[in-house]
Amino acid sequence: MALDRRHAVKRLLADRGDLLVVSGLGSPTYDVAACGDDDRNFYLWGAMGAAAPIGLGLALAQPSRRVLVVTGDGEMLMGLGSLASIGVQRPANLAIVVLDNERYGETGMQRSHTADGVDLAGIAQGAGFPIVATVTDDSELDRIAREIRTATGPMLAVIKITAGEAPRVLPTRDGVDLKNRFRRAIGV
Amino acid sequence: MDSTVDLDWRRTIHPLFRTAGIRQVAYVPDAGHTALIEACHADPSMRTVVLTNEAEGMGVLAGAWLGGQRGAMLMQSSGVGNCVNALSLTTICRFPFLALVTMRGEWGEFNSWQVPMGQGTEAALKGAGVIVQRCERPEDVVPTVEAAAALAFDSEVAVAVLLSQRLIGRKKF
Repeated sequence: MALDRRHAVKRLLADRGDLLVVSGLGSPTYDVAACGDDDRNFYLWGAMGAAAPIGLGLALAQPSRRVLVVTGDGEMLMGLGSLASIGVQRPANLAIVVLDNERYGETGMQRSHTADGVDLAGIAQGAGFPIVATVTDDSELDRIAREIRTATGPMLAVIKITAGEAPRVLPTRDGVDLKNRFRRAIGV
Repeated sequence: MDSTVDLDWRRTIHPLFRTAGIRQVAYVPDAGHTALIEACHADPSMRTVVLTNEAEGMGVLAGAWLGGQRGAMLMQSSGVGNCVNALSLTTICRFPFLALVTMRGEWGEFNSWQVPMGQGTEAALKGAGVIVQRCERPEDVVPTVEAAAALAFDSEVAVAVLLSQRLIGRKKF
């Protein structure tokens, strides 16, 4: 079974508290924006593969806050090596959620590697992530929503989602503003 | 310290990093950076982040800055080509970026495979929007790294310091 992407991200960000969020380019950025804009969201519009490394640098710099990276399977595949780098640093406050529709959605829904069995949670486990999960229903979604806020990570959860396209919700593309407002919001 | 230039330039960079307030040092190892990497490892005020690919460094340092920390990147010239698209994050958001790049493929190089990227390093960096400064002699290192750090963090731009192969010494095979 696969979940609706907007439903899943809304559940993860409900009552977000002090969660800091980095979103990977394409639909994950629209999904996070659709939950309501927040100065503590850093939306990527490019730099494919950079979402997890940004989460790493941020989690190391802010060890007392929780950092959530929301990205897609294609974006995570381009940044696979960063899972090994995160496995070395082991930031306890970092969670990565991969919205996995097994497609490159932004470019015409071509099949991605995960459609043919490449297991991103298994790769994260091999890289030394103490918590990995593959989520296919609402009870598992509730569990990882709790773990994102409390577990000793790093954790990576793959959420299997349906391949349909949700209406686009476009946040600002002004990178300087995204950077500066994020820093202001967390007081650095 | 002697008032003349410390000819062991390899020992001079770590104190500059401390003064600049560098807290995260992301790197892909290079022999030319060995002493600096070891000094950063040994410094409890710095977090060293070993990368599988240089492109991760732009993300790590952007994340560090979002979280209120300064970082620096250490890599070899061959890694610059891996960074080109990731540098769009750095430049479009104007993240401060300080990279020290040890050069291969330019001074008595034995391994021809290092030549193409070594010769293309400066053009690739400039093409990606990075300001490039070079160190040819030991006495260049301290003022150049100091000024590059100030430029990167005060003006919020991307700066790469190229440590020339003549400075580092030819690799012996």
